[in-house]
Amino acid sequence: MIRFDAVTKSYAGNSRPALNSVSLEILKGEFVFLVGASGSGKSSFLRLVLKEEKPSKGQIHVLGHQLNTLPSRKVPYFRRNLGVVFQDFRLLPQKTVFDNVAFTLQVIGKSRGFIQEAVPDTLKMVGLSGKSGRFPHELSGGEQQRVAIARAIVNKPAIMLADEPTGNLDPATSAGIMGLLERINLGGTTVIMATHDVGIVDQMQRRVIELISGQVVRDEREGGYQTQSIPLPILPPFGNTGQFRLPGATS
Amino acid sequence: MRLRLVLSEAAQGLRRNVSMVISVILVTFISLTFVGTAMLLQMQISEMKGYWYDRAQVAVYMCTDVDTGGNCDSAEASAEQIDAVEAQLESPSLAPYIQRYEFETHEQAFANFQEQFSDSPLAAFTTADMLNESFRVNMVDPDQAEILIDNLQNFAGVQDVQDQRGYLDQIFSVLNSASYTAIGLAALMLVAAVLLIATTIRLSAFSRRRELGIMRLVGASNRFIQTPFILEGVFAALIGSVLAGASIVAIVHFFITGYLRTTLGATTTLVGMDEAIIVVPVLVVLGALLAAVSAGAAISRYLKV
Ligand SMILES: Nc1ncnc2c1ncn2[C@@H]1O[C@H](COP(=O)(O)OP(=O)(O)O)[C@@H](O)[C@H]1O
Ligand SMILES: [Mg+2]
Repeated sequence: MIRFDAVTKSYAGNSRPALNSVSLEILKGEFVFLVGASGSGKSSFLRLVLKEEKPSKGQIHVLGHQLNTLPSRKVPYFRRNLGVVFQDFRLLPQKTVFDNVAFTLQVIGKSRGFIQEAVPDTLKMVGLSGKSGRFPHELSGGEQQRVAIARAIVNKPAIMLADEPTGNLDPATSAGIMGLLERINLGGTTVIMATHDVGIVDQMQRRVIELISGQVVRDEREGGYQTQSIPLPILPPFGNTGQFRLPGATS
Repeated sequence: MRLRLVLSEAAQGLRRNVSMVISVILVTFISLTFVGTAMLLQMQISEMKGYWYDRAQVAVYMCTDVDTGGNCDSAEASAEQIDAVEAQLESPSLAPYIQRYEFETHEQAFANFQEQFSDSPLAAFTTADMLNESFRVNMVDPDQAEILIDNLQNFAGVQDVQDQRGYLDQIFSVLNSASYTAIGLAALMLVAAVLLIATTIRLSAFSRRRELGIMRLVGASNRFIQTPFILEGVFAALIGSVLAGASIVAIVHFFITGYLRTTLGATTTLVGMDEAIIVVPVLVVLGALLAAVSAGAAISRYLKV
């Protein structure tokens, strides 16, 4: 479903790559946490999956497309299979909840009839049935994130990317959002969530991919935020791209 | 559904950017009016060329007793000399090039002179024998005047052989430089219009960058994202070009047909509505096309992936 082959991503004017020779595979229906300190390359990873950025080296396969050779005119159609949510929600402030969700479908040319059916269904699924006429500023943070999630899933994407979706939310609200993501995952959508929320990762016990300075240092099924089996080694200083690997990390 | 969405996005853009849209309208209006005027001027020139070149003659001036230039020696051309020139015009070496010719006597020349310069004090001092007798030759092909000049200018009693088109060429070169100036100004202003349209669209895109970001994220096609902006630019430019077209029609109607034609009378041909009908659609299409291209280029930055 998603495969990275020795992917390196360097940004112009930054000698240390954001991702350094990352190879991994994520299968259909998986729920994956991408963990690591700020600046470890989580967002870069998600942007590469979306083809918002191009890898400097290596190859990325998503949903059967080889992203390096996917022509830019086909990128919009490729993205219709992915739903994305961010820490800062990114709702359109002058549109109602309903219109924010409907906007996704409108701009990809869905019929009005389809929109009238799909949007209320999705709002119900995220628990916002009664609030479709509200504007974003009339909602709590958790509710705004639910709108963003509704927008991401209304087109039934195969993959959902979430970049620190609970980063702005309190623990109770976060738990609600995680429940929602879990349900979405149960419906068959592959979910990849970047986070550094220890509590959430420990509680969910899902696959955990840990990045340090752009390198995968751990890839564990049903893991916690910190590995259970081996104590974490002392981290190398920034700039050191030394080849240390933990036992259990995929190569 | 989709078309309505695209149109409402374009309308929103226009409303949000009213002052920029007005300046786009004005700049396209003025620049295309210049383009239209330059086109009319070119059409006028070619029309006048057609008209006058047909009537232009080659004049073979015979000596008067005051002439010293050419083959003259302060002596009136004799009847034999005149006959010799006429015989040459009739000869097989020249006749095929000549459509017709006529001889203008002192008296005829004087009558024409009096008529042309009736207002001028010069007329009072001029007498018939000061004006050259001449053959007025209409060439089959006015471009071949050179043949006649070469052939006749060394004949005894011939003062000069002149292609009247030489005078016309001077007039046309003045008119031509006027029209090139208009074209140059038009080009400069078109550049300003194109840049202004691009800036306006970029501003409009900037004010909608949130929507644009989300559209790209959820997979709106490039064409869908682009179209409202292109429509916005084309709409503003179309208003400008329609205004320019209207002003061209007004110029033709009030200035050329209304003023010049009555002032100049029937002495020359003038462009009219027939030409305006060609110019106006050209302006409208040009305005729309330039706007579409510059708006498309301006928005393409937001479409890069
Ligand atoms: N657009 C960018 N241009 C230059 N450097 C960037 C850009 N985005 C991220 N980086 C750098 O890449 C590294 C990884 O960043 P990021 O992927 O945002 O990490 P995370 O999401 O884990 O905090 C950081 O060092 C950051 O400074
Ligand atoms: Mg990040």
